[in-house]
Amino acid sequence: MVLLTMMAVVTIGVVRLRNLFAVVILGGIYSFLMASVMIMLDAVDVAMTEASVGAGISTVLMLGVLHLTKMEEIKPAHTPLLPLFVAVVTAGGLVYGTIDLPPFGDPSGIIHQNVAPYYLQNSITDTSAPNVVTAVLASYRGFDTLGETVVIFTAGIAVLLLLKGRRPLPASGDGKAKSRTRRRRRRK
Amino acid sequence: MAAFQELVQHYNSWIAIFLMVSGLYIVVARGNMVKKLVGLGLFQTSVYLIYLSPGKIIGGTPPILSDQYTVYSNPLPHVLILTAIVVGVATLALGLALVVRINEAFGSIEEDEIFEKDVEA
Repeated sequence: MVLLTMMAVVTIGVVRLRNLFAVVILGGIYSFLMASVMIMLDAVDVAMTEASVGAGISTVLMLGVLHLTKMEEIKPAHTPLLPLFVAVVTAGGLVYGTIDLPPFGDPSGIIHQNVAPYYLQNSITDTSAPNVVTAVLASYRGFDTLGETVVIFTAGIAVLLLLKGRRPLPASGDGKAKSRTRRRRRRK
Repeated sequence: MAAFQELVQHYNSWIAIFLMVSGLYIVVARGNMVKKLVGLGLFQTSVYLIYLSPGKIIGGTPPILSDQYTVYSNPLPHVLILTAIVVGVATLALGLALVVRINEAFGSIEEDEIFEKDVEA
């Protein structure tokens, strides 16, 4: 609960600050907090991924782009009232929707009744992997993972195509962009 | 007391909703493209929270099978969100590459300035 509140505070900082460097660093802090929350929610694999990808790679990518562009954001010209209104109305609708949700952490919730018990009972005999998340990711839902890999591959190609024909800027950003894609590729 | 009970039960969802609408607000209200991508990231991570919260069982352990434990949290949301995180970083990289190219073509990543230059051209 404390962690979640801290996340909300960091989010307010992200919304209000105009220095993009600070915003990106706050984004990294936010990702680490999110990873801690995920550990509290028993999602250890997801927490590891979020800490390395969300806090690590994303922050590095963002900082690279900031190096190539500008650090400061200009003052918005439009009044923020309409977006604020849209956001508040959306939030109201969603909060209204949460009233009917089952209570947190209840083992008799609907989500725990369908395929999850099957995975938990059979993953050892089917795949002999004690980590059920791994078993589901690589075996039961292997095609999902294949699709994910296709998405990453496509994104990698698109990034390469976009950055290939670049004219060199005064700040000599070319080598930086190359290493950026390479780093992303290596992750995969 | 009942109100407090309600708050504890739904605190995760409400924080997730707050994060989500903050992301939405940034995407709509701010003209800077890097800021927009950060807002999109906020939106995305709030969805992770929404997915993972119902999978938790109080008193459960992470779904790594062992003789010492009998109650495990639901592994299925974890798998879905693992996929979502990795796809998310791929799309983020693509968006940032687009930002770099836009900065080259227009010399700016602010939406208003780009629109002005686009009308001139």
